[in-house]
Amino acid sequence: MLQASPASLDFANSPINQALTAGDKVNLYKQMVRIRRFEQASLKYYNAGRMAGFLHLYIGQEAVAVGTISLGGADDHFITAYRDHGHALAVGMSMDECMAEMFGKQTGCSKGKGGSMHFFAPDKNYWGGHGIVGGQTPLGLGLAYGLKYLGREGCCLCYLGDGAVNQGAYHESLNLAALFDIPVIYVIENNGYSMGTSQKRSSAYQSCLAERAEAYGIEWDVINGSDIYEVRAKTHIAMERARKQHQPSVIEIDTYRYYGHSVADANHKKYRTPEEIENYKLNHDPISVFRTRLVAEGVLTNEQAESISKDAAAEAARSVKFAEESAAPTVADIGTDVYWESDHQTAASKIGRHFFNDTAVQ
Amino acid sequence: MRTLTYREALREGLDEELARDPNVVLLGEEIAQYNGAYKVTEGLWNKWGDKRVVDTPISEAGFIGMGIGASMLGVRPVMELMFWSFHSVAFDQLVSNAACVRYMSGGLCHCPIVVRGPANGGTGVGATHSHIPEGLFAAFPGLKVCSPATPADVKGLIKSAIRDNDPVYFMENTLLYGNTGEVPDPADGDFVIPLGVADLKREGKDISLIAHGRSVIHALAAAEILKAEHGIDADVLDLRSIRPLDVEAILRTVHKTHRVVLVDESKPFGGVSAMIATIIQEEAFDALDAPIRRVCSLDSPSIYSPHIENEQLPNPKRIVEKVLSMKFA
Repeated sequence: MLQASPASLDFANSPINQALTAGDKVNLYKQMVRIRRFEQASLKYYNAGRMAGFLHLYIGQEAVAVGTISLGGADDHFITAYRDHGHALAVGMSMDECMAEMFGKQTGCSKGKGGSMHFFAPDKNYWGGHGIVGGQTPLGLGLAYGLKYLGREGCCLCYLGDGAVNQGAYHESLNLAALFDIPVIYVIENNGYSMGTSQKRSSAYQSCLAERAEAYGIEWDVINGSDIYEVRAKTHIAMERARKQHQPSVIEIDTYRYYGHSVADANHKKYRTPEEIENYKLNHDPISVFRTRLVAEGVLTNEQAESISKDAAAEAARSVKFAEESAAPTVADIGTDVYWESDHQTAASKIGRHFFNDTAVQ
Repeated sequence: MRTLTYREALREGLDEELARDPNVVLLGEEIAQYNGAYKVTEGLWNKWGDKRVVDTPISEAGFIGMGIGASMLGVRPVMELMFWSFHSVAFDQLVSNAACVRYMSGGLCHCPIVVRGPANGGTGVGATHSHIPEGLFAAFPGLKVCSPATPADVKGLIKSAIRDNDPVYFMENTLLYGNTGEVPDPADGDFVIPLGVADLKREGKDISLIAHGRSVIHALAAAEILKAEHGIDADVLDLRSIRPLDVEAILRTVHKTHRVVLVDESKPFGGVSAMIATIIQEEAFDALDAPIRRVCSLDSPSIYSPHIENEQLPNPKRIVEKVLSMKFA
């Protein structure tokens, strides 16, 4: 029996990638570049003290969000953890609303109430942006359960990091997903580090983290995250399994982040060697790999690539300007978006006291 | 009027909401084929089937989080915690996701869920199964909490809770499930009690007993003893809903009697009664003729021993003693 070596497979030949036009391919490239330029701008202004809190950069992982989200149909949904900028731009959120959110402005996607870790765009099937490691895994399950309950054909891609696989909520979700035939796909974005602790030091596993799905009878796969063609080809299979058969999957996409867990991660150069980071940048960077590929395919020229990069940097710079010029929320804004009923001034919202600020002393 | 048990009234409310809205789904441990650990959902799986009444594994974080996620898409899950005491294994879902998702999304999401189940001591099941978390959850803006004491109230309030577009945590009591009371007939119309409306369960003039949940039943019993044996006539105000809270009704009874005993099965530190006491002193200080007093559960984890468990909880005797300790001019 002939066996193909996995390394020799060219995922450009898979039907889902064969269906891409030259324009589609350039657009995938452009989306990845936009994410990187956006985050580079974020980093600059974070370091300049213009944003509060944490900044979890996605740089190095772009092919995961862009590749998987590019497969989304009308009723496919997405939810992730706190490293959420890449997915936000990939679903079509604007740089302006994302940058303004990080600047804590009213024009931010969450009106400045969520910050970097909590981007949302339900109109684009993007359900956050969640801050607690693994806390989003039951929510992704619920979105997929909701699709099935409501009789809609679609699936939910629920992203989590390699650190989140050790949270109980994730395992509870896997069990429920298999038990109830829920069309959810858990996408483990494995960047090798659970904050500052390497995979070997944080997880017990045999061959990989996705393999744990085996115990629940869930299909799983491992994907090279530096090849967007492979990301698309393999994720597509899982999404079809979910949409058509209501079967969950776990896919583990090997990737890498150039920066620390967050920018506040002071030790990120200590727990990783400079050689490790350099090797990824030189040989596995998803943007460089795809650019080389597209140039070889004759779909993209180096001049076009430079122009895409320049445009993305300019777009990011404009978003910074937009964010800087936007108004901050007011003290009155603190008290809205707490209850749906109160925001909509419904009859129910007018019965009884909902808020307990000290009103006796005016 | 018909007489139903608290359990039957609650079940009738769930059944009516299942009939009214196809997006209402009941989820929980043993609620379907087993008919409910406390038989609240008895017969509902037979009537509504697998899609609408769902047995879940023992995975509170998993299935409550699942309900929260589904609610963002428009499903309206009503999830049973076999005991509210099990909230702790689902705490992240209950407070970081359900309570905060609307706020963190700047109002783009909302979470129309109900989490319901018994939250009480007094059944000899020890500290792990006897937590009283209504004050705990009412402390999270974004959540609503209610705690009905009677069959009519439990039916009217569960229907409001299910229709509300915010997360409502609905706290029942295993020791009330068998209590009976009058409940309006469905033939006489849709019976709904809004959240945020307290109910004056007994009228008096000398002192206000303010309570919720099973403490209302104790307060009513204490009021009868106070009247018969001591000539003290108590107003008994049942809060029913903790958040939203009927502050006007609280202030009304304080202005009427000028003396207050708060009865609250919570532990004293930061319980519902601590909040009510704060509101009264902020907004009706001049109406008080005596310091506010409280009868809470005695301040330790809940004891097992059936010989003295009831002494740890509010009970009519403790309420009467507390009232008698206050000076009446």
